[in-house]
Amino acid sequence: MKKLLTVSLLGLAVAAASSAQARDYDHVRIGVDVPYEPMEYRTPEGELTGFDIELGNELCERIDVTCEWIEQEWDGIIPGLMSRNYDAIMSSMTINDERRQTVLFSDPYFTPPSAWFAPSSSELEETTEESLEGKTIGVQRGTLQDNYVTDMYGSVADISRYSTADDMVLDMEAERLDILFLDYPVGKATLLDSDNRDYRVVGETITEPKKYFGDGFGIAFRKRDEALADRFNDALAEVQQDGTYDEIYNRYFSESKKNAE
Amino acid sequence: MDIAAWFDDLLAGNLIFTAQTLGYYWEGLVTTTQLVFLSLVIGLVMAVPLAVLRGSRHKWISLPIYVYTYVFRGTPLLIQLYIIYYGVVFIDGIQESFLWPLLREAFYPALIAFTLNTAAYTTEIFRGAIKSTSKGEIEAARAYGMSQGLMMRRIILPSAFRRALPAYGNEVIFMLHASAIASVVTLMDLTGAARFVYARYYAPFEAFLFVAALYLCLTFAILFFFRFLEKKLLAHLRPQS
Repeated sequence: MKKLLTVSLLGLAVAAASSAQARDYDHVRIGVDVPYEPMEYRTPEGELTGFDIELGNELCERIDVTCEWIEQEWDGIIPGLMSRNYDAIMSSMTINDERRQTVLFSDPYFTPPSAWFAPSSSELEETTEESLEGKTIGVQRGTLQDNYVTDMYGSVADISRYSTADDMVLDMEAERLDILFLDYPVGKATLLDSDNRDYRVVGETITEPKKYFGDGFGIAFRKRDEALADRFNDALAEVQQDGTYDEIYNRYFSESKKNAE
Repeated sequence: MDIAAWFDDLLAGNLIFTAQTLGYYWEGLVTTTQLVFLSLVIGLVMAVPLAVLRGSRHKWISLPIYVYTYVFRGTPLLIQLYIIYYGVVFIDGIQESFLWPLLREAFYPALIAFTLNTAAYTTEIFRGAIKSTSKGEIEAARAYGMSQGLMMRRIILPSAFRRALPAYGNEVIFMLHASAIASVVTLMDLTGAARFVYARYYAPFEAFLFVAALYLCLTFAILFFFRFLEKKLLAHLRPQS
């Protein structure tokens, strides 16, 4: 009798667990690495905002779930998803094959270029192995920019890796870095638009090769959460069709788009 | 079964033991060793006179040293490192000063923070050892007509060093472990290498277990060295058989 009870309890537990796995979310926790202006940052009043946040909230509203944003430092953001600290990542994460092995991506929702930023007074005109020799390059640890710079210039230049984009910008202003490499919109917001010193973009903005720069930003999910990803994809298509996407986009990038062209 | 083939199979497709990642770990090992070794040596050189002066009867000598060791032992090393690395930038004119070429590199602010921290602990360790010199030895030295300086050099310091050895060995190991925070100021130390591999390949277990093993090896090397020193220097204290 006892054995039977155990077995049936076990069966119940398994059934509960599997139904939990395939459950339809009504509450989605989204991991985000703050600050990464203008994608995600806090206003002086402490309110979480940015392109990712606004678009994310809009998507959640469309698919009728309540969303909760959970802050997580970048270099642990994928393990955090795996260990169920949150159910999705919407934090300017570029879709690439390396990450695809671990997570499930939504359709791309944004495709920004990366760019090199240096002080206006810098003599750097281009980024080649010769011109970057002996220079100190700043990148955010574990980003695709880190991978790109490490593989391309790791043998000639010094690479300083930072946990947050903020620390990196601080060190740029402290003149500890000669040049840094990051997502163009973020560099625009934190360096070009800052009042502290003059910065400029060195060379062209960069979107190739695909091996590093992937297919734009996507929302990451655990692989088994295909249903959830589908719902987000449908909502993405919807906001792109009815113009809501453009509205949010223009609020954050209309000017930077002009500058990039 | 052929051991070499078995080993090849075992390592095939793994992310940690490639030439590139091992290169990072090696770089990290070199940085960690340099940082810890230099800060310990400089800290030790600073700590000996500080420990002697800390026992001075003159308040204006002993009090500043007391305040220094109190502050550096009373606050986390991580905070000290942040203040020294990110803080110096806010000192007006620092970028134009002759110190900037040093402070610009992450290595030297980290070295300064580690050195000041270990010097504070070591000062207190030696101070305690000096204080516990037995009265008899001091009276005997006085009876011989030794001056204060000679007595310090011949009697008090040598025996204090011996007594301080086990506690100092612990401090060396603590310092090695505390150095794991160096990567927050962009240094590629051992932990920095592990964080890099972790972030690049999303392989927390491999990256951190391997680096833990490396730290363990370093710790055992230090332990072994201090065992050896204690055996030599404290031979007279061991029970005679």
